[in-house]
Amino acid sequence: MIPQQNESVVGIDIGSRSIELVVLDSGGPVRQVKVPTTFDPLGQCRKLMEWTGGMRVVATGYGRKLFAESFRLEKVSAITEIQAYALGTRYLHPEAKIVLDIGGQDTKVISLSDTGKVVKFEMNDRCAAGTGKFLEFMATALQVPLEEFGGFALGSDRRVQISSMCTVFAESEATSLMARGERPENIAMGLHAAIVQRTAAMLRRVGISTPLVFAGGVAHNLCVRQLLEEELRQPVIVPENPDMVGALGAALYGRNLDRSET
Amino acid sequence: MPSSHEEMWEKLNLDIDAHAGLLEVLGKFYGDIYMSQQGRLRGMEYLDFVLSEVHGLRIKELQDAKVSGRKVIGTFCVFVPEEIVLAAGGIQIGLCAGAEVGKGEAEKVLPRNTCALIKSFVGFKLARLCPFIESCDLIVGETTCDGKKKAYEIFSDYSPIYVMEIPQMKNFSDRELWRSEILRFKTQVEETTGNKITADNLKEAIHLLNNRRRVLQRLNRLRAAVPVPISGRDALLINQISFYDDPERFTAKIGELCDELEERVKNGTGIAPEGTTRLMLSGCPMAVPNWKLPYIIESSGAVVVGEESCIGTRNTRDLVDESAGTIEGMIDAILDRYMKIDCACFTPNTERQENIVGMARDVGVKGVIHYALSFCQPYTMEAYKVEKALAKAGIPMLAIETDYSMEDVEQLKTRVEAFVEMVR
Repeated sequence: MIPQQNESVVGIDIGSRSIELVVLDSGGPVRQVKVPTTFDPLGQCRKLMEWTGGMRVVATGYGRKLFAESFRLEKVSAITEIQAYALGTRYLHPEAKIVLDIGGQDTKVISLSDTGKVVKFEMNDRCAAGTGKFLEFMATALQVPLEEFGGFALGSDRRVQISSMCTVFAESEATSLMARGERPENIAMGLHAAIVQRTAAMLRRVGISTPLVFAGGVAHNLCVRQLLEEELRQPVIVPENPDMVGALGAALYGRNLDRSET
Repeated sequence: MPSSHEEMWEKLNLDIDAHAGLLEVLGKFYGDIYMSQQGRLRGMEYLDFVLSEVHGLRIKELQDAKVSGRKVIGTFCVFVPEEIVLAAGGIQIGLCAGAEVGKGEAEKVLPRNTCALIKSFVGFKLARLCPFIESCDLIVGETTCDGKKKAYEIFSDYSPIYVMEIPQMKNFSDRELWRSEILRFKTQVEETTGNKITADNLKEAIHLLNNRRRVLQRLNRLRAAVPVPISGRDALLINQISFYDDPERFTAKIGELCDELEERVKNGTGIAPEGTTRLMLSGCPMAVPNWKLPYIIESSGAVVVGEESCIGTRNTRDLVDESAGTIEGMIDAILDRYMKIDCACFTPNTERQENIVGMARDVGVKGVIHYALSFCQPYTMEAYKVEKALAKAGIPMLAIETDYSMEDVEQLKTRVEAFVEMVR
């Protein structure tokens, strides 16, 4: 059953590919749900919201504004993913100095102060190169289920160079490699390495520090994790539910709001 | 816009249907971004009117002036000394364009990775949509960046263009180059207008344009008050319109608006709720109707209290010394004033960093948003140095690179909101 104590708050992260919801009570997260965004994100939110009556809700993700405007609840607010990931990460790993979040269409790097405040961030611009979308597209091109794509790439026996980060160009590079008889595992590895190269460059722009927490849906991908550790020559911490960090952060923000009001 | 202007537009050989479409879009855009604001100054009605008639009555005025023998000179850069044009009885109009118009036409002759501003003025020309360009007796280009230089070569196939050489450093030889360029321009303007520049008319022109700068300086001081008495969007609009409007009338009208502002400041009336984050914009010029980023910022819990830009303080900060009595002395004073422009086309350009830090402190902001047009190499590259200088002063900066299209609005909102959350 869902606890309905007054101090429960809801964080909802409406991303391009999935929507995550976290219910937080005074002890911590008591419920975590993830559903696909589909073409009807509001409909999906409505379903998730059915059992949150009366609780404070904080929305984040690209759908945060749509959500806040559509659910004109008394206690609804919105924060950006940057702040949400910073708060969520701080809660799970108070020692974290830098957060990497690779989601469905965005990559973000957030640098945190000793007190957990955002001091600097970088985000990819309109182009979704090097994000979850890129992996999804390439997995489809190689006919591998997205969830297995990282493991599939780890089965490579050599690394081929994919130089383009543009989804369209990278696909044509992959196609010509296939035409030359390259093993699909090796191509997959090349694609993963390309993402990691790009991500590492963004991390270096913000300034790499340690500990580094890797969150967002793409953190589930073992190959990206492994290559990132190799590239940065430092361990990468992945939270247990990396895609829930944004929703958790939003809920934590709501809890602080509640506290400052009472 | 009244259809009575249509005959005039036809005479100017505009694409009438496409132009009507442009005005409709512009009107709607203006309504959404400007007319939706609460608590605007009464004085903004003048700006609303000027903008609603930007392709109408103002063009009519130019046409009437031309009939009476005056000449219209179009420019793309704050480096072109308007004093010279005005002294010779000419009318100077800023042609910089801020709309994604005629992009298809422009991309037929320009590489796709050209900045939006260049694509826009070429697009306006090729798509026959700008009555200002079509009203010009002389169009003046300048060598601020490689993109503009090469674009003018292409533009000259469609419209004759006179190009001024802008120095790229600030040594003695650069000053001498700029002096000779001002003198060459003076000869050209005298030829175009048929009028001789004298000590008297030049002195008058210097005084008139200084007054326009003074009123904009006054606006800049007043807008920085706490609480903020005018939105950043409105202040930007005033700066934008200063490039099109009759300088004398504009100065008087903005003077009245500043009186109203002064009253507000005295009464402590603000347009944004207390605690709204104060930010400053810095970088590339935002020409009409490029209000995209200010609108995003001011919809994200922040207010813009200053623009370090050519359509902003870069154009108004420095005055021409008015003490000289001879033409040579006045040319020297003009030279001194224009050599202070801290455009990113200069190297090194430490003045700009100092000016940005100084301004951020003066107007009291929590952070600076650096705005660069994609493919504008001077400003995108200079952002790095600016960020360092600001960081040293303890002022956070967000670097934005974008263009006139709307496709990245959501991503920009996330960045700007996150920046506001960060500096709040």
